[in-house]
Amino acid sequence: MIRARGLGRRFGAKRVLRDLDLEVPTGGFLLVTGANGSGKSTLLALIAGLLAPTEGEVDVELPRERIGYLAHEPLVYRELTALENLDLYGRLYHVPERRETIGALLERFGLWEARHQRVGSYSRGMQQRLALCRVLLHDPELLLLDEPYSGLDASAQTLVDDVLAESVGTRTLVVASHDPEHVGPLSTQALALA
Amino acid sequence: MTYFADVAALARKDILLELRSRDTLPAMLLFVVSALVVFHFSLPSDASATASTGLLWIALLFTALLGLGRAFSAEREQRVLDGLVLAPCDRSAIWLAKSLGVLAFLGVAEAVALPAYALFFGPVGWELVAAIVLADIGLAAVGTLLAAMAAASRARELLLPLLFLPLVIPVVVGGVGATVVEDPGRYLGFLALYDLIFAILSWASFEYVVAE
Amino acid sequence: MSLRNNRAVLLAAAASVLVVAGFALALFWAPEDADQGFSQRIFYIHVPIALTAYACFGWGAWKALRLLWTREPRYDLESYTAVHMGVIFGILTLVTGSIWAKISWGVWWTWSERQLTLFLVLFLFYCAYFMLRFSVEAGPRRANLSAVYALFGVALIPVSFLAIRLAENFIHPVVFTRDGPQMSGSMFFVFCVCLAAMLALFASLYTNELAGKRIDARLRELREALE
Repeated sequence: MIRARGLGRRFGAKRVLRDLDLEVPTGGFLLVTGANGSGKSTLLALIAGLLAPTEGEVDVELPRERIGYLAHEPLVYRELTALENLDLYGRLYHVPERRETIGALLERFGLWEARHQRVGSYSRGMQQRLALCRVLLHDPELLLLDEPYSGLDASAQTLVDDVLAESVGTRTLVVASHDPEHVGPLSTQALALA
Repeated sequence: MTYFADVAALARKDILLELRSRDTLPAMLLFVVSALVVFHFSLPSDASATASTGLLWIALLFTALLGLGRAFSAEREQRVLDGLVLAPCDRSAIWLAKSLGVLAFLGVAEAVALPAYALFFGPVGWELVAAIVLADIGLAAVGTLLAAMAAASRARELLLPLLFLPLVIPVVVGGVGATVVEDPGRYLGFLALYDLIFAILSWASFEYVVAE
Repeated sequence: MSLRNNRAVLLAAAASVLVVAGFALALFWAPEDADQGFSQRIFYIHVPIALTAYACFGWGAWKALRLLWTREPRYDLESYTAVHMGVIFGILTLVTGSIWAKISWGVWWTWSERQLTLFLVLFLFYCAYFMLRFSVEAGPRRANLSAVYALFGVALIPVSFLAIRLAENFIHPVVFTRDGPQMSGSMFFVFCVCLAAMLALFASLYTNELAGKRIDARLRELREALE
């Protein structure tokens, strides 16, 4: 599903990733750990296709519409409501039964009451939960999650735990975290970046 | 076709954003009228009608720059552009939707600027309106692409005018020419040619500007 | 490696010979122009430089297209070097054109010279190219943006030229008469030699600068590998 050979990425003069070989089979679960600045986010962005490698190559055997990417930023418009944001992404990803799917996700992540509020007024935790809705909206086969627990309180963290638990086996997962206690047991592979 | 459905979805989003924040369009309207007033004071009393036409085009050009500077500001803020780029839609659809939005803004700005111009300076003929319509298309097409380029750089507000002005010199020539010369046909045709060439070029190369 | 060196040396030698020959021919051998006299000789330098500048921009755009097509990063360097050369020849075009205008008509600048006006527009455009490169971090993104911009540049050349011609109808500059390219046989010969000289100069400088940049990049790579 995901294959990387000699993968490297530099930003200007600074090399963030160097000579990385990787293989994640379909249904696998890769946990990426490392300190801040070790290149976890860069690796996920490379797999997602947002960045191009400066050395080597990375191959993902899926079209863009089957990939879900959770970044550091929620990638939603602050001036729009949660509903409007998800509606936009729903249209762009050609989600069938868009309204129902959006409604169900908002309910699940506890944002239904706040669906008509501008995202700019959301707390960090709410924005992260909205981002999770965005990521799951089109039922992707590959989930790339960059620090999914950041900004979440305990109850919200269980939401993420549930997502991971139900995804194991049905989806391929790559999760980056600098605090891997939650995820460790579920993962099938681990990669520690220096 | 899904392509146009994607463009429609993106355009809807842009209109919604402007209705919510209401900052770009009012600024453009105020700017263009202020510019026209400044031009009144900068023109000597014996200046010809054609000189004031030239100044109108300058005012429109810089109003366009103002609007274009804000074109990708919402996407830039939270790197939302990444979200759009990851979506399965053709990246050129992003360009098309944005250009249509910029075109709409320019249209509204001109709907205010032209009456103001008629009030302050002189009558507005059909050639001027036709030239403006054609010029807008070129300005929106090229400007949207350049705005995306500038958004990817460190020096955004500084870079956009530098990239924009040399490229739109032909538009100024076509626009002023059509207004001033006896037979505007050639100039309107030239504007149409410019629009065709650069709209196609912008449409085809937008992919490479927003995605790696 | 030595083969590439040979080519660079060969090009440099050819360029030197041609430039010296061209200048000598232009200054001493070419027939004197009936109307303009000695000052007309700068035409042999000005026009080949201008044409070479166009060739640089065209070459840069071709490499840019290759970059977007194949995504191989080496084309970025090649495109950038070509555009760089183009700007240098462009500046020379403006300078020689200005000198010619001063000698011929007594003014340092005239808008009635279409070529000169076109070069001014292009000069602005490609200076912005450098501003663009300067304000984006090195990497695939910068390569892509530069390539797209270089392509817009070559599209701009004919469109601008057309615009400048159209502008003459309402901008009404003072029109100076000038002999066009109605060249006699020997004049044409000298012109061709000078054109070949400038193109050879471009090729030689291009090869050299590219080699230098590539060595810089390689050095950086090696330094990093040692860290």
